[in-house]
Amino acid sequence: MLEALSYDFIQNALLAGILVSIASGIIGSLIVVNRMVFLAGGIAHTAYGGIGIAVYFGLPIFLGASVFAVLSALIIASITLKHRERMDTFIGLMWAVGMAIGVVLIDLTPGYQADFMSYLFGSILAVSQADLWFMGGLLGLIVSIMTFWYRDILAVSYDSEYANLRGINVPFFYTLILLLSALTVVVAIKVVGLILVIALLTIPVYIAEKLSHSLFSMMLLSGLFSSVFTLFGLWFSYEYDVASGASIILVSASSLFLFLGVGKIRG
Amino acid sequence: MPIIEIKNLSFSYEKQTILENIDLEVQEKDFLAIIGPNGGGKSTLLKLILGINSVKNGTVRTFGEAPKKNLAKIGYVPQNTNVNTDFPIKVIEVVLMGHIGTKRPLFGYANEEKMCALGALAQVGMEKFANEKIGSLSGGQRQRVMIARALCAHPQILILDEPTASIDVEGQKQIYELLEQLNSHITIIVVSHDISVIMQYANTVVHINKTLSSHEISNLKSEKNDHFCEVELFKKFKEKK
Repeated sequence: MLEALSYDFIQNALLAGILVSIASGIIGSLIVVNRMVFLAGGIAHTAYGGIGIAVYFGLPIFLGASVFAVLSALIIASITLKHRERMDTFIGLMWAVGMAIGVVLIDLTPGYQADFMSYLFGSILAVSQADLWFMGGLLGLIVSIMTFWYRDILAVSYDSEYANLRGINVPFFYTLILLLSALTVVVAIKVVGLILVIALLTIPVYIAEKLSHSLFSMMLLSGLFSSVFTLFGLWFSYEYDVASGASIILVSASSLFLFLGVGKIRG
Repeated sequence: MPIIEIKNLSFSYEKQTILENIDLEVQEKDFLAIIGPNGGGKSTLLKLILGINSVKNGTVRTFGEAPKKNLAKIGYVPQNTNVNTDFPIKVIEVVLMGHIGTKRPLFGYANEEKMCALGALAQVGMEKFANEKIGSLSGGQRQRVMIARALCAHPQILILDEPTASIDVEGQKQIYELLEQLNSHITIIVVSHDISVIMQYANTVVHINKTLSSHEISNLKSEKNDHFCEVELFKKFKEKK
């Protein structure tokens, strides 16, 4: 294992794993407390349409996926703010259509089939320098937004009606949470793939929620757990030569069951 | 001048009329109880006073102005405070939400805001629980925290929507005694189903079921020689004056 650390791509993978884990710990906490898990799933799958478009037109993949994810977040925000009762139907629709666009455009791209699986299940070992900059930039953005607007985001998440009465712009912060979720989903796709994104955004968060007295400590713990699971998953994937994304999720899920089991025994 | 003045107010969702020709004046330091059947429009009336719903027919004035201008002067305790109890939030953070945010620093909360929130918690006797998770409190304790949140902004009017709906008898009594105490300097408006309890504290009762009828408590008490049957009383409230 130690000699592996001297490879550039392993170093990149470890750094990417930690950056994405912290980002998904913070945003995953917001997604869970706001009951937006299904929304995040919708955004992740819609983003696949963006990947298809980027591949077909030869654009950078991250760019395509980000633009598509951000657009879908804006559409979902405007729908849920106006027609909350029809929200699940619209998200299901976008989920399926986004995937379909992605699949068709990748099929139409001449000679391109090889990397198809890497977007579904992640390709953390293929993280480039540019990807790392993107991940670091996003984490910086998330941390600064949370620092400046923590109290507003907390108020909107806990009790949006009351937040509105206190003069907080609820639609703005709701949209902001969805936008940050969209961008986090895009970088998490690189690590675990879009099918497993939801697990990365929820499993560490679920454990952290049980141990936390405040949203802040929940975010901190989620980021920590997520980093540990990701690094351990990477080691497992290297040692036994199995897919990295799935290894990370299995490590996370095993930890969750262990956590729940210990909780049960202790009563 | 009345601090809340409602004239000829009607309100409907889609085509269903919820409130019709409501006239109501609330004076400073009143203790007003609002009773009536579920779906009769009680909560809607509160939301119109708070400016959550906008007035289309008639007028609502708080402190002589449109409701949205005076949010800081009105404290509100919403109906169901038992939702979202899994949320990882400390009691003190819930109370801090009550600030309107005019003195906010660049990050987090100002010391002044924290002191004020602790003061509000002390007022409702919950200062010991400041760092507990909100979900670990009982229903009655949680309700008192929500009252502290409303008191945080030093309101002149406190509006409570069924504050004792899911609280045991002892907890209910504590909450009403707290409200009575606060009433020495704050106007109180409370929506409630506990008619017999509310009679001890309120000075005016209005019954709302689409339309409104109003009753002075003192008159009712003298009519009945301080002894009254709840059912008779309820019938009386429903009568139009």
